[in-house]
Amino acid sequence: MTSQILAKASSFSFRNMFVRESGAAGTGATGAALVGVGMESPDTLVSFRQVQKSYDGETLIVKNLNLEIRRGEFLTLLGPSGSGKTTSLMMLAGFEVPTSGEIRLDGKLLNNVPPHKRDIGMVFQNYALFPHLTIFENLAFPLKVRNEGFREIRYQVDKVLEMVQLEKFAQRYPGQLSGGQQQRVALARALVFKPKLVLMDEPLGALDKQLREHMQMEIKHIHQQLGVTVVYVTHDQGEALTMSDRVAVFNNGIIQQIDKPEILYERPGNSFVANFIGENNRLSGKLVSQDGDICLVALPMGERVVARAVNVGQIGDEVSLSIRPERVVLNDAAQAVENRFNGQIREFIYLGDHVRIRMEVCGAQDFIIKMPTSQFDSNLREGDVVPLGWAAEHTHALDPV
Amino acid sequence: MTDIALPATPLLTADGTPLKTRLKRIERLHQLKSVALILPLILFLALTFLAPIISMLGRSVDNPEVASAMPHTIAAMAQWNKKALPGDDVYAALVSDLTEMKSDQQRLSDAAKRLNMEIAGFRSLMQKTARALPFETAPASYKSALRDIDERWGDPAYWHAIERNASTNTPYYLLASVDLNINDQGDVAKAEPEKAIYLEVFARTFWISAVVTVICLLLGFPLAYLLATLPTRQSNLLMILVLLPFWTSILVRVAAWIVLLQSGGLINGALLSLSIIEAPLQLVFNRTGVYISMVHILLPYMILPIYSVMKGISPSYVRAAVSLGCHPIRSFWKVYFPLSLAGVGAGGLLVFILCIGYYITPALLGGPKDQMVSYFVAFYTNTTINWGMATALGSLLLLATVVLYAVYNRLVGASNLKLG
Repeated sequence: MTSQILAKASSFSFRNMFVRESGAAGTGATGAALVGVGMESPDTLVSFRQVQKSYDGETLIVKNLNLEIRRGEFLTLLGPSGSGKTTSLMMLAGFEVPTSGEIRLDGKLLNNVPPHKRDIGMVFQNYALFPHLTIFENLAFPLKVRNEGFREIRYQVDKVLEMVQLEKFAQRYPGQLSGGQQQRVALARALVFKPKLVLMDEPLGALDKQLREHMQMEIKHIHQQLGVTVVYVTHDQGEALTMSDRVAVFNNGIIQQIDKPEILYERPGNSFVANFIGENNRLSGKLVSQDGDICLVALPMGERVVARAVNVGQIGDEVSLSIRPERVVLNDAAQAVENRFNGQIREFIYLGDHVRIRMEVCGAQDFIIKMPTSQFDSNLREGDVVPLGWAAEHTHALDPV
Repeated sequence: MTDIALPATPLLTADGTPLKTRLKRIERLHQLKSVALILPLILFLALTFLAPIISMLGRSVDNPEVASAMPHTIAAMAQWNKKALPGDDVYAALVSDLTEMKSDQQRLSDAAKRLNMEIAGFRSLMQKTARALPFETAPASYKSALRDIDERWGDPAYWHAIERNASTNTPYYLLASVDLNINDQGDVAKAEPEKAIYLEVFARTFWISAVVTVICLLLGFPLAYLLATLPTRQSNLLMILVLLPFWTSILVRVAAWIVLLQSGGLINGALLSLSIIEAPLQLVFNRTGVYISMVHILLPYMILPIYSVMKGISPSYVRAAVSLGCHPIRSFWKVYFPLSLAGVGAGGLLVFILCIGYYITPALLGGPKDQMVSYFVAFYTNTTINWGMATALGSLLLLATVVLYAVYNRLVGASNLKLG
């Protein structure tokens, strides 16, 4: 289905229709967390500088936000509710005013530009399709506002309807469409007037799981075809990892880390990111020694663990170790890694494609190991004590929780 | 796809009864239960609301007085050609009817009063003739004998008046309510100018109602919007203020307006002492007073339906329109206003319908030229005891309401009617 769209859309050369610099998209942008104040590169489309937002004058919803959004990239703002991600998006859209700091779009200061003059497309959480207008009229709305001629409107709307495969629904009203179809219309409406930037505020939240996954791919493909810059807000980490070029993880009004999805997952910068994205085994200990990137951590029962020193303090300080469940190996395979221990099996949880094994390891009661069903040793029984281990490069020493 | 043999017999429940029968029985029981719950209300409404309306509609065409008082005359008149004077047999029948009526003064005066509505003076004619009856000896010609009592019995118009009331049903009251009558030729014609007042009264009623509705809309729409968009705490407070007038009697509020608006009242006093005006403004006992007070009383009926519709309009619609490049004011007009139309329609309809039946406010705060249809309904019920006219005017008001509702239903759809 999605490949159909891709083939169809590319044959209409949407890339030409929406001429945008899209070189930055997906070109290995790493480690650019917390970009400070400085000259912006020509690649930058949007920049937030020292932006703060407070509603009551006592607490800051957004504390000192510095963020550069590159042309053509798909950037996701990910975080729990109340973390400031939606507020940041609304400040960019112009529906919220920053308490201090500045936001620039294409080098132009946005602070005093009213939202209807920003030329930013937006997809709302509940689609916000106008219920009294047909799909055609909904899509024609931004073009009519811009005083386009009727023929031009017809042409553009037909084109965009074709892109989202809803040609037959032009004369229907939004209420007569399914959730997924409404979602596609909302997407088409945000794109039809060719904005530089499209914002999406949890657009898939109301859909069921299967449709959501389908729409994720569809949005991703449309982004790739058009090369338009997308800022996407979600609290669903799976969605963020699937769709984004980069993900900015928000918590407490601060960007905790901004990186490519695989880096966020494999090299979390702090405990919040490690815990928020993916599953994570946590062991607490004290820093014994540090040698460059590598450090040694002592667990409460005296075990020593070699780990990557990512975010640690002085020798003797508390640290939190993070190990992904799928990086733990059992039995013979454990001989090849730096950190080797014994664990007692507490429980098996069979999940079809993989098995989760809950163990007691180094005093931790719910240490989880994830193992593909194909590699699972069926001789294991609950209560068995087995050797296990994990490599130092997959062990991250982070700030204590 | 595997072929599954469909059962030829209907599905049965475990104890052997067909599934459909069982299902119907359960559903019927359920329906009966829900009907039982609203039965007291249905009975109450039927007795206090439906029955009076039906009897009122009947009364507006009911015409028993003449038919029951003059059975012989009417039977004899069946042969009359309606051009010249009726024959002597009709005169004889009238004499016998009037003689009979002498023993039942109530019947005589009812019939005389009814005929007096047709031709002024008929009452005295009837009374005078009845007093002269019975004849001591049967006259040779009843026609000349009656004309000897009063020359008017020689005028065909009086006989036409009796003939028009031969039936126990009459369109007379309904026609009179729209300034029409049936002339001597039996055709519908315009009423004489001095009797033709009701069309003007209806026009005035609709005009006052329309003006009040428009003012209520202009004042109520922004307030409803404020109520729908304010934070809950403030909007709850505001809502209490909107509902506050409901807790006071209309009479009290009307009296308060008299105090406020009269020549020596607070408003005129304040304006005079501030030297804004030099002579007191006439604010009450005229149209101004009626408008002010009716708008004040009916405003909540406009605000509440609009508010309830607006409450359901997500603010993201206007935001979406703005994000698509539409100016906020134009966004409001293009997106928010059309979505609030169902409430505007409901509020407008409600206020207008309430207005056209208004009585007490114009009666107390208006001048003679500000009285609406209901005033005449009250006048005919209380003062002249003319049930026919009162119910005919009431029926026309009911008709106007039904027509308005039908038009609204056609335009907006009753399913969109939201009253709170």
